[in-house]
Amino acid sequence: MLAVEGLVKRFGGFTAVSNVSFKVDQGEILGLIGPNGSGKSTIFNMLSGTFAPSAGSIKFEGHELSGLAPHTIINRGIGRTFQIPRPFRRLSIFENAALAGYFGQNRHSRAKAEAAAERALAMVGLPTDRHAPVDGLGAAGLKKLELAKALATEPKLLLADESLGGLDETEMDQAADMLRKIRDELGITIIWVEHIMGVLMKVVDRVMVLDHGEKISEGLPHQVASDPRVIEVYLGTDAQATQAVAAARGNR
Amino acid sequence: MSLGRNPIAWPIAWAVAAIVLAAVPFVHRDPYHLHILILILIWSFAYTSWSMMGRFGLTSLGHGGFMGVGAYVTALLWNHLGLTPWLGIPIALVCAAILALIVGYPCFRFRITGHYFALVTLALSGIVLQVITATRDWTGGSLGYTPEATKGSQLLAMQSGDKVVWYLGALVVWAFGLVVWTWVDRSMARSAMDAISEDEDAAAAAGVNVTAEKLKITVLSALMTALAGAVYCQYQMFISPDTVSGIGISLQMVFAAVVGGLYVALGPTVGAIITILLAEMLRIGFGTKAVGWDNLIYGALLVAFIIFLPKGILGSILDRLKLRRAPAPTRPAAEPARARSASAASPP
Repeated sequence: MLAVEGLVKRFGGFTAVSNVSFKVDQGEILGLIGPNGSGKSTIFNMLSGTFAPSAGSIKFEGHELSGLAPHTIINRGIGRTFQIPRPFRRLSIFENAALAGYFGQNRHSRAKAEAAAERALAMVGLPTDRHAPVDGLGAAGLKKLELAKALATEPKLLLADESLGGLDETEMDQAADMLRKIRDELGITIIWVEHIMGVLMKVVDRVMVLDHGEKISEGLPHQVASDPRVIEVYLGTDAQATQAVAAARGNR
Repeated sequence: MSLGRNPIAWPIAWAVAAIVLAAVPFVHRDPYHLHILILILIWSFAYTSWSMMGRFGLTSLGHGGFMGVGAYVTALLWNHLGLTPWLGIPIALVCAAILALIVGYPCFRFRITGHYFALVTLALSGIVLQVITATRDWTGGSLGYTPEATKGSQLLAMQSGDKVVWYLGALVVWAFGLVVWTWVDRSMARSAMDAISEDEDAAAAAGVNVTAEKLKITVLSALMTALAGAVYCQYQMFISPDTVSGIGISLQMVFAAVVGGLYVALGPTVGAIITILLAEMLRIGFGTKAVGWDNLIYGALLVAFIIFLPKGILGSILDRLKLRRAPAPTRPAAEPARARSASAASPP
């Protein structure tokens, strides 16, 4: 579905992403992990069109995406969430989702957009009432709205950027279940960037690990979690590693 | 305001209002009062046109430029080519739209927003003013310009000495402005522009073509403003950089729209009533001794409004009424964000 070849991003003399290639298959959840500054978000921003790659190609369903504007990429069927939720506070919760449903689907029809917005809000568990304001939402609610905006565009591929930061453990588990539900019920392929490895390992089909802009490991969760290079650069302490390996075993 | 959501009540109320407004010149024929009403209607339309952009944080200080293009192009085509304003005005509007694209596209493409956008548009005001004065052999420069009185059909020349005709014409144009404002307000473009004014990247991630949406609203606003300029020119039969172009006019638009209320359809109209009555009162009360005082008062009031009443007079009154009817307002979220965007409206 998505084929990334030799992706490079340089900012002046600094190489944020160097020669990364990977594939995402239809219907899978790919986890993308790595320490801070490893290039995860840069890759995301290239996939979603925020940055143009310095080199390499991004093919989605056989069509080249690199260099396209963000709004064009959404309309090709790739939705994204932001690490820190970016709701439109001047609009109601419903209008937020309807906006994405309308403009994210090539301004097809307003009725269709509003129907998509209702489905997306119901899916994530937010009120579908037309006037409920964004300001009433807490951290978990804003994350849900972020997800609903992406879902309302009815994407084929969802880029979920660290969607669990700032949540407590129960909320994290609920959010992880939500991503799995989105894949299972809507058939949406997902790339999930996350810091909290334990939760991620329970849900994803495959994991890719980045460090200093390079891919250092890729494979099934339990393989990656026991890869010595990954333990060294990413997991740090033994305790964290043990926890992650345990979580990954549950998802074998 | 007690009409509520009754589906028949509103159309009837509008129809009654339209009939009452249209009947005014047949009941009250005082030419001076009609003149003031015509000016209020034309300027209300111009301020409404400005607020189409201004309400989304696109603070243009260059709308005097668009108004000047509308007025001067129409008058020049009439005087030099004998082209009827019925054709001249569309050509003038096209010129204004092109000018809006030339200024807007680079600004939006390269993300010149907020104060920087205001500065670029301020330059537009200045440039149009300079062009008018520099080509004084054609335009009369700062002395002003008069469309030649027609010797043939008044209808063809879009000229008339009859204030009743002008009142009705201005009423139609003003109502047209309100219809366009409401149409935009109810469209998805309004959601998109609200989203853009908060966070351009997030709007783009929701699929909004940010540059295109901003250009659309800018061109629409410029077209309407140019039309206001052309109508003003045809009515007054005299235009000068001071009355239809230049920075003073641009600032006056900002002032009137902010004072009346940017987020309600009739806000700019309330702004026009206040500014024009203020200018007339100063003129009558103090005569030539008060030349320029109105601008001084505008400036002081503008600062006061941005700080204390960012939703404007009408916007604040309507909010008050809404609060009284329902203790829990339906959209309380907007105030802080809107206050911020209104503060970007302050002239540098």
